[in-house]
Amino acid sequence: MRAWLQTFGALLARDIRVLRRNFGQFLIRTIMQPLLFVFVFAYVFPKIGQGFHGLPNGVSFSTVLVPGLIAVAINFQGIQAVALPLVQEFSVSKEIEDRVLAPVPVWVVGFEKIFAGAVQSLMAAGVVFPIVYLVHAHGEAPVVHVSDPALFAVVLVFACFLAAAMGLFIGTVLDPRKVTLLFAVVVLPLTFLGCIYYPWATLTPILWLKVLVLFNPMVYMSEGLRTSLTPDLPHMPVWAFMFALVGGSIGLGIFSLQTFRRRVVT
Amino acid sequence: MGDAPIRTEQLRKVYGTLVAVDGLDLEVRRGEFFGLLGPNGAGKSTTIGMLTTTVFPTGGRALVSGLDVSRHAADVKRQIGVVSQANTLDRALTVWENLYYHGRFFGVPRPRARARADELLEQFSLTERADSMVFQLSGGLAQRLMLARALVHEPQVLFLDEPTSGIDPQTRINLWRILEDLNRAGQTTLLTTHYMEEADVLCERIAVIDRGKALAVDTPAELKRRYGAETVITLTLEGDPTPLAERAERLDAVRSVERDHQIVRVRASRSEGVLVQLVQEAAALGLTVRDASSLPPSLETVFLNLTGREYRE
Repeated sequence: MRAWLQTFGALLARDIRVLRRNFGQFLIRTIMQPLLFVFVFAYVFPKIGQGFHGLPNGVSFSTVLVPGLIAVAINFQGIQAVALPLVQEFSVSKEIEDRVLAPVPVWVVGFEKIFAGAVQSLMAAGVVFPIVYLVHAHGEAPVVHVSDPALFAVVLVFACFLAAAMGLFIGTVLDPRKVTLLFAVVVLPLTFLGCIYYPWATLTPILWLKVLVLFNPMVYMSEGLRTSLTPDLPHMPVWAFMFALVGGSIGLGIFSLQTFRRRVVT
Repeated sequence: MGDAPIRTEQLRKVYGTLVAVDGLDLEVRRGEFFGLLGPNGAGKSTTIGMLTTTVFPTGGRALVSGLDVSRHAADVKRQIGVVSQANTLDRALTVWENLYYHGRFFGVPRPRARARADELLEQFSLTERADSMVFQLSGGLAQRLMLARALVHEPQVLFLDEPTSGIDPQTRINLWRILEDLNRAGQTTLLTTHYMEEADVLCERIAVIDRGKALAVDTPAELKRRYGAETVITLTLEGDPTPLAERAERLDAVRSVERDHQIVRVRASRSEGVLVQLVQEAAALGLTVRDASSLPPSLETVFLNLTGREYRE
């Protein structure tokens, strides 16, 4: 067990080394989307007086966006940080053949990838928060207050693990020739139908959509963060998103590790 | 531990209806350079996959340093170093980092991992490239780095899966030298190859594998002796070769004689001296020898005799 932890630590140290080397890339791919988003919707739109005035009860759109865009950053980073290198390792570079020879059970190698992905997701959340909090037009400042720090911490951690577990699963099953579809088929629908730009509770007028989006793991990330950061907005019950985030992380985590093992040990 | 570094007992691997490895029994001794020789698809890589824990056996047992590969995979991995067919170097790291982090994965303490990385770069003449990213390395250098990486944690057994396929002849010979040196220093090594010459040059013992079965296991010399591999001597004469053919049949080392126009082909049980004897006999008979050649026994002839099929590399 001690030896396993040692190897786990070394695998993580390797990933951190690579992340440090590519930190510029990490920042660019993390910052661009949310920065442009808040710039257009929380600065440009209010300035030019175009549509978008948030919720009917006077809550600004920027307030809705803060938890949503953090959820996007977590999800996008978790999937990308794990899945894209893994697809390469399986196909082009074959690096995975060597990595699974590290002296630990194969699931430990997979779990380290989830862990490293979750760490990057968390970093992405940290990078994105000041941007979505600070970039807005005058008078459009988001109203954010964390009333339950413990809930916030748990939501954050499990959201990151869920995203990284999705990354491991996608990276293990995705055909490298179809990697360009990842964005169109997985990331975009997850994002646009992930209660990023609207709270889940406000979907009642479109009941079929309100039910359908429950299959989207992103919904629970957004709603969990919305409850933690902007508790005054309508949100899903705590038990519902906690069940999905914790259960989903563990369930998908185990399933993706089994899939990973089946792929590398034939 | 008095256990053999590698032992397999009735080892089997079946993929659907394809029997890749079919009841393989092997034993590799400590310090030995052992070869699995056979054509593509013979089951060599599957066997190495099972021994290195990335292929799960369907039946039988495989033990590395006495540990069952199916039940103690993580412990087995600690005992072994693997150079696979494909380039599996870490493209996101430098040459030096590939060695350092590999050592760390295997629990080598930081200062020791650093020292090992420096040492191996020196030993494999890669010091100048220490800070290069690995995708900048040529095929031969990448191969050398893979071998260096497999040695960082000082494994009990070194596995090499077709290490020289697709490598130019000069690089291949350099790699052979390195492997011979390692073995001389006591490194137990298992190599798979479909190059006859490679198995012959490097291996102390060879298992000839075909269709998932070991057809014979022995030293290259003994395989050649036992499986009817004979030296083939060919003489081309001016004039009628019949008298020479008749005399050749009476020489003690000669097993068979064929005549074809002006050519006499003799199969002999030894390669030394027979050619000279034949040339002298021809001179005594007043025959002029236009051409003479002697082909010593090779693993190609062994394979031919064991399988009844010609070896295709």
